[in-house]
Formats: sequence, structure tokens, C-alpha cells
Amino acid sequence: MTASVEVPELAAGPVKKSPRSPSGLGRYILVRFLLIIPTVWILTTLVFFLMRITGDPITASQGGRLTQDQLAQRVHDAGYDRPLIVQYFEYMGRLLTGDFGTTVSDHQQVTKVLADYGSATLELVLFSLVVAFAVGIPFGMVAAKFRDRWPDAVLRILAILAYATPVFFIGLLLKLVFGILWPILPVAGRANTATELLLGGVINPTHLYLLDSLRIGSMSAAGDVLRHAVLPAIALGLITAGTFLRLVRTNLIGTLGSQYVESARSRGVSEFRLVTKHAYRPALIPIITVMGMQIALSLAGAVLTETTFEWKGLGFQLYQYIQARDFVAVQGIVVMLAVIVAVTNFIVDIIVAFIDPRVRY
Amino acid sequence: MSTAAPVQPTGPGAAGPAPLPGAAKRAGESPLRRLPIVRHVRQAVGLQRGMLLGGLVICALILLCALFAPLIAPYGFAQMNDANGDFGTQQAPSAAHLWGTTVGGFDVFSRVVWGTRTAVFVIVVAVTISLIIGVVLGLVSGYLGGWLDRILVVVADAIYAFPSLLLAIVMTIVISGGQSKVVGGVMAAAISITVVFVPQYFRVVRAEAVRLKAEPFVESAQVIGVSKPRIIARHIYRNATRNIPLIFTLNASEAILTLAALGFLGFGIEPTSAAEWGFDLNKALSDVTSGIWWTALFPGLAIVLTVLGITLVGESMNDLNDPRLRLRKKPRRSRRARAQRARTGRTAAKEA
Repeated sequence: MTASVEVPELAAGPVKKSPRSPSGLGRYILVRFLLIIPTVWILTTLVFFLMRITGDPITASQGGRLTQDQLAQRVHDAGYDRPLIVQYFEYMGRLLTGDFGTTVSDHQQVTKVLADYGSATLELVLFSLVVAFAVGIPFGMVAAKFRDRWPDAVLRILAILAYATPVFFIGLLLKLVFGILWPILPVAGRANTATELLLGGVINPTHLYLLDSLRIGSMSAAGDVLRHAVLPAIALGLITAGTFLRLVRTNLIGTLGSQYVESARSRGVSEFRLVTKHAYRPALIPIITVMGMQIALSLAGAVLTETTFEWKGLGFQLYQYIQARDFVAVQGIVVMLAVIVAVTNFIVDIIVAFIDPRVRY
Repeated sequence: MSTAAPVQPTGPGAAGPAPLPGAAKRAGESPLRRLPIVRHVRQAVGLQRGMLLGGLVICALILLCALFAPLIAPYGFAQMNDANGDFGTQQAPSAAHLWGTTVGGFDVFSRVVWGTRTAVFVIVVAVTISLIIGVVLGLVSGYLGGWLDRILVVVADAIYAFPSLLLAIVMTIVISGGQSKVVGGVMAAAISITVVFVPQYFRVVRAEAVRLKAEPFVESAQVIGVSKPRIIARHIYRNATRNIPLIFTLNASEAILTLAALGFLGFGIEPTSAAEWGFDLNKALSDVTSGIWWTALFPGLAIVLTVLGITLVGESMNDLNDPRLRLRKKPRRSRRARAQRARTGRTAAKEA
């Protein structure tokens, strides 16, 4: 019974597939895009109910500072005394219109907080990715080439160390070494006051300081921004670099043993070229695959890095709101980061699908 | 079993003369030797063995430190004075305070030692709870399938893709933010971390359960009318948990990093209720800019060492489980190769 059904299906398989395959990628993108919706919806719902189980944000932030009556009045005004389910639908409705709430402590729109500070975080994450690629990939190649000999051992232990060290501890050490013992680099902020003032006057600023200073053609401002970025980027980038190193190493070891590399070697391709060209290309795919995860991790790491280096980004702001017990702001930023992570993962998956046709199922 | 036990101490050498070395070896293996870490130590060679053993030694040291913290630490973690009066704040390392004192006037060395207790406690609680929840959900969801499975998969994927630190922050607010001091700070931190790990166990166990569901031995159990709970508990569970020790080690190190990050952001544990390295590092943040290094360096190193130890064990186990990365024992082959080279060399010399 089952066999008789399977046979025509098998036979029809290749025939049916060929007309469909041109639209395969488009279909994949569409399905993958639609998957963002449940992900974001689940996370926002989860965060909403979790945060409201324990009480309302006004009591959390103002409790003790106001009298019982004033507190009850404020809670009533904000509508936090209504049934939770009503509040939930209202909240979701406002989210759909792009309203992430207003902070309790300084009455700012959460979306404005994102607009003001998000680009600083983006800049930090981009700088850290530069560090991660520049360190992780070449050293990963070296480790794979010298597999199980001393360069490999040293590099792998360094990679594990990079993973084992919390970003804020690397940050503190860097501050200690380059700020106190050997003061050659700035250890706090995104730029000098002079540069900040200069960049504050830019028309239509991107808030990406490097880009802005290049747009106004000020090399000294660009240099200042870069000097401020060195230590935070290293602190945040080293963890990702460790992950890249391990990935490149594992995958290069896999591809270096494959037949096409062997045949290239027999044709007299130099060992250097084998590693950097032939075996390296396919080993890159897993790196792009984990990029989505890495960016999610970097965002969490950015919270810690920004706190360490007083880098005025989203993470630094989140830390301030946590200290102020402003949970509307915390919830808003967390939900917004969830959206960013979901969209990033979507983009990464699409890029992977372009590079590696096998993932389009 | 009883005959195998006396063979065990003689090691692999005893298995050699048997007619079927492989089979004899396997039969002679005591259950102890099949335990994840013991098996891995036996399997490992060279660099991998060094990394594994190094990691195990560090883990053992930290466990000992946590166990004997009251004996090792000269002061309590919340002690600010002794018979000679107050410790003083931000004192440089001295004979009385080996690693100096913090900005709050605590002894750094004592707090680092007591911190191992917090760390071990959080690892054990966080990983155990998430293990139990994750495995049970994974088995049920994977075996039964249906709408429950779909919902759980989507939820788990959503949580899995989310930065774990942010989720832990939300959980800490939930547990101790609304009404603080309801659950102890350490417990709150442990539970917050739990939530992050449940999806990881869930995914792995579910995937295995789905695969095992189609295996003949499960089908035969279904045919003879074994109940669903029993199939899950006996047939699936036993086979689906192979990879758990590996995730365990990976999670244990992540648990420490998350705990430290929560502490660094000022969440969780009050300095008077337990010693926590991340919290101490947060307090050291302003010290560093004025050149006070001892309050930051030692708690930080403690975190690094703990994570390093656990990660070394996990990494080596990962490599040993992956046939592409596992190094093989090769002294015998190389000896033969050397002998062959010597022989060919001799013939070459003769021909010359």
C-alpha cells in the first residue's frame, strides 16, 4: 500500500521540482519572513506577562517615594489597575503602531531612546565585528594548518580564554593597562568633548560618529572617534573572535582533508594558497550561519561593554534605567532588541540561503 | 559483572591476549569506565588529554575551595571588622588582607573564596532545574508530537534566539524586582539563568526523541502494548540523553558568565547575603580609574579560572565526541612505520 504510493511520488519528484526551483528562494524568503511574526509575538507576550506578574511599574519605581494615596492615583491614571488582559491587548495594539511606551523616570518615548542611542550601539557592534574578523579568521587558519602542534595549542587556549573572560573584566583590564599603567588611549566615552560638539552640529546626523566625521571631512574628529573605539571594540570583539577562531579551525580541518584540496595540492598549489583560498572558502559558510547568534550575543555583550566604558549607547541607557528601577523602559528596550535580533536573524538566514543552496528546503 | 570487576584494575593490558580484543574489552569495562568523563580521559591522547586533565584539575580545585571556604577564607564574606577594628576601605594588599580590601570595606581574598560557593550553588541549581524541565518537555513533546510539540518548538526557538542576558534580566526583575527579598538573591539568580537554558536541553532531547520514535525497538514496544509514559521513560529517555553531559559543561560555564553579568549590572545578590564576583567587579569599576587594581583583578580572575576549567572539560569532550576532531592513539602505527623506514633504509644501504 505504502510502496505503491511512494513509487509514483519518487518518479514525479524531479519533474515536479524543476518548475518549482526558480521560486524556491522567493518562497523560502517569504516563509522565513513570516516566521518573524510568531517569534516577536511570543517574546513580547512573554516579557509583558512576566513583567506584570510582579506588579506595576509605577509602584516599582516610585514605591516609598510617594504616599499610598498618591501612588494609587498614579497607578489609576496610567491604567495599571485594570485587568491584565485588557492592558495586554492595549499594549499589543500600541506596539503595532510603533509605540513602545514612555519611560517612567524621565518621560521619554522608548522609540526616541532607541533613535538617540541605538546608533552608538550599532557602531560599537560593527567595530567589534571588525576586530572579530581581523583576529578570528587568520588565527583560525593558522590553528588549522598547525593542527595539534604548539601554535594550535596556544591559539586554542587563547580562544577559550577569550570566551572565559567576561567582557567587563577584559574591559576593566584594558582600562587598567591603557588608562593607568600606560595611558595612551581614552578609556571612557565615544569621543572628546570637542569632537562631540563638532559632531553635534552635523546636519542630518547618522549618529554613527565615524561616518559623521568623515562626512564633514574632519580627519582629527575621525581619529578621535577611532581612538575612543579601540578598547571597547577589543573588549567586545575578542569573544566573537574566539568563536570565529574555533569555527574556522574546525571547518578548515574538515575541508583540508577533502579530495579537492588533495587534488589541488597534487597540481602544485602552494600550501599557503590551499589554506587561504581553496579550503577557506567553504569553511566560511558556518561563520555566516552563526553570525545571527553572534549579533544577538554582541548586543547582550554591548550592554556590559557600554557600562564598562561609559559608551552612551542603548546598553548604557538600559543600565541606567535598571538602576532607576524604570521597568517600562527596560521592557521597551528589551522588546525592541528582540525585534532587532529577529530581523537580523532573518537577514542572516537569507544571506546563507543565497550562498548555500542546500538550506532552501 | 562480578567476573569483570577484578579484571578492571589490570587495565587494557589484560584484554590484549583475549581472542577478540574489542569484544573482551567492552565486556570487561566496568560501568564506572563508561561514565562520560572517565571514558573521555581514557580515550584522550596528547594535547586533548592535557586540556581535559587541566580542566578537571581546575574544576576540582574550585569545588574544594567551595567545600572548604570557611577554613580557607580568613574572614566572613560580609565581615568589615575584626578584633583590631575596621578593615578600612580600598586598603592595598598586606599581610592582614592578602588581596586588599574593597570600596565597601570587605576583605577581597575572603570574598573571592566565598564566591566559589555562590558560583557552584548557582551552577548546580540552574543546570539541574533546566535539565529536568528541558528533558521532560523534550521527551514528551518529541514523542507525542501534535500541537503541543509545535507550540513548544516555536516558543523554544523564540527564546533560544534571544540574547540570554536580557532574558535573565527580565527574569530577575520578575523574581526579585516586584517584591524583593521574597526569594533569596542567589536562588533568584539561579532561577533566572534556568529559563535561558531550558530551550537548549529541550531542542537536543526533542530532536533525539523524534529520531528514536521511528526506531524498530520503539515500534515493537508500541506493538506489544507498552504504555506511552513507559515508552518515554524507559526506551526513549535512556537513548535520548547521550549529549547531555556535553551541554551540561557548556551551560555550566555560561551560567557563571550570566551570573557574573547580572551581578555586574547590579542585579541579584546583596553583598551581605552572599559573595558574588560580578557584583564585586561592578563596585571595582570606579576603583580602576584611580589605579586600584586589586579589587577588580582577583574576582575577575576567579571568574576566568572557573569558566576556563569547565570550558576546557567541555571542549575536550566535544572534540572527543566528534570523530573528525578526535586524535587517535598512534604509538603502535608509528613504531611500525619507523621499523619499516629502518628496513627500507637498510635495503637501500645494501643496494648502495
